[in-house]
Amino acid sequence: MSLLNLEVPEVKESESVLLERLSRGQLVRRRFFRHKLAVFGLIILVLMFVLAFIGPYFSKHKWDQLDFFNLLQPPSREHYFGTTQIGGDVYALTLRGLQKSLIIGLLVAVFSTGLAAMVGAFAGYLSGRADRVLMWLVDLLLVLPAFLIIAILSPLYRGKTWLVFVVLLAAFGWMITARIIRGMTFSLRERDFIRAARYMGVPTRTIVFRHLIPNVASILIIDATLNVGGAILTETSLSFLGFGVQPPDVSLGTLIAEGTSAALTYPWLFVFAGAILILTVLSVSFIGDGLRDAFDPGSIKSAKK
Amino acid sequence: MLVVLASSLGYFLAATALDPRANFEGRNPPIPESTIDHKLDALNMNTKTPILERYVTWVGDVVHGDLGTTLSENSVNNEISRRIWVSLRLLLIGSILGSVLGVLVGVFSAVRQYKFFDRSFGIISFILLSTPVFLLAILLKFGAINFNNRIGTTFFYTVGEYTPELGGGTWTLLVNRLQHLILPTLSITLGGVAFYSRYQRNAMLDVLSSDHLRTARAKGLTKRQALFKHGLRVAILPMTTFFAYSFGLLITGAVFTETIFGWNGMGQWFIISVQANDVNAVSAIVLFSAVLVLLSGFIADVATAALDPRVRLR
Repeated sequence: MSLLNLEVPEVKESESVLLERLSRGQLVRRRFFRHKLAVFGLIILVLMFVLAFIGPYFSKHKWDQLDFFNLLQPPSREHYFGTTQIGGDVYALTLRGLQKSLIIGLLVAVFSTGLAAMVGAFAGYLSGRADRVLMWLVDLLLVLPAFLIIAILSPLYRGKTWLVFVVLLAAFGWMITARIIRGMTFSLRERDFIRAARYMGVPTRTIVFRHLIPNVASILIIDATLNVGGAILTETSLSFLGFGVQPPDVSLGTLIAEGTSAALTYPWLFVFAGAILILTVLSVSFIGDGLRDAFDPGSIKSAKK
Repeated sequence: MLVVLASSLGYFLAATALDPRANFEGRNPPIPESTIDHKLDALNMNTKTPILERYVTWVGDVVHGDLGTTLSENSVNNEISRRIWVSLRLLLIGSILGSVLGVLVGVFSAVRQYKFFDRSFGIISFILLSTPVFLLAILLKFGAINFNNRIGTTFFYTVGEYTPELGGGTWTLLVNRLQHLILPTLSITLGGVAFYSRYQRNAMLDVLSSDHLRTARAKGLTKRQALFKHGLRVAILPMTTFFAYSFGLLITGAVFTETIFGWNGMGQWFIISVQANDVNAVSAIVLFSAVLVLLSGFIADVATAALDPRVRLR
């Protein structure tokens, strides 16, 4: 008995020692993988990527091929998700759309978060006039809903590559993150290590890129993740109205738009695309939430009280 | 100031990206170029006129309260006055219901943290936040059609704002409008409820563990009194900033609900005008949305001042 009693505190101590030995990265990873929903989201997202990029090889039908003998067929072994009015294979079309949506979502998130980091850090660090001009630009862009602007500009990229579309989505999606980064930079710039760098004559550009941005990296990672979901939503919404990805190429948005006209009698035309869209965005937001809790355990502690 | 800048930016973007000339070119029989020019000149949309000149003309008219003429030669002012209430009704009800219900759900979730109510609404709001408005609207529409088929009468109307040429008294008309109103409002509100309830829950949880709430309980207030008088008032403050931000999203949502449910509002008009390259109409809608977003920001500021005595003093 006495042995048992002695052992209990020992175990606790070794655990805390273990925690101290872990590096920050290991700690974050550990907390992330303890977050059930986040792991669930990660699994779903990985599955989506596998489905999007490897899935097409499991069907003999290509997304741009038409099967004229099977028009508007319900799901079967031949066509997993059924066929469209003109004989397109819904399975292949949906996966193609998923590919497009995932790539656009990722690219837009990376670009817009990068832009937000730079604008926010420069505005916060320089303050004064540069800050006022940049924040004024942010306010201006926030007043105009990004969706309206991109829709207005849509004739500019009609007939060009979808990369133009990506650039536009990123160009109008960075404002709120930039504001958050600016706020954090305000408190960082008075810290000793930044001051030391400044007095040593390190140029502003280097301070921003080498000292400021790495210090807000956790927020940037979280925001980039959450922006993926937002970007996918905006992209599909625009595509739904015909302002986004242009035919003959497909995205989940255009698929849903085409499917809805006849969807009451032929539900397979849009149900799969819709479900995949919701699942993808949901998994991304779970991952974002998990990352936030992993990087900032204070937020859960206060929430669990 | 920001309204002027935002609408000017909107005008420049619209004027450069949209090409009204395309509407007249390539027709059969071909319209002579001079006729097109003449017509576009009358509308102040000729792409051959330098953009600054067109802009100055446009601003001059807008200052006098004239938003120009659409491509189909209707006055933009008339068109707006016909459509504006349709959209405002949707946006007003949507924003008020969304924020109020969202705040209530958030508060209850926080008070009953990790109980059934909190968990179920947490999951529902996560799913709602991941569903784009257009998909939600479509699903609601199909759900309603199925429901109608099942009960045999049209309970939910899925197209239009009201049934034209409907007889009967005021009461029948009112009920009819309500039946049309439910679905679009629902599709625009649910997202708002989910959005607000998540933030409200977090803000409320912070307040629940604060000292001043414990003091309020200690001085003898009941739990309900303490929560609503001292807790909610503090926890609701951060929501006012979200209110201003989310209004832009709400306008975007209105575009989809109006299109999907066939309402002749500003949002649906926007889609039509962009597709028709109608520069004047598009600029007018951008102006409209900029005014709305700034108004909502103003309301948010007033609400903050009303709730927070520290702001009022300054």
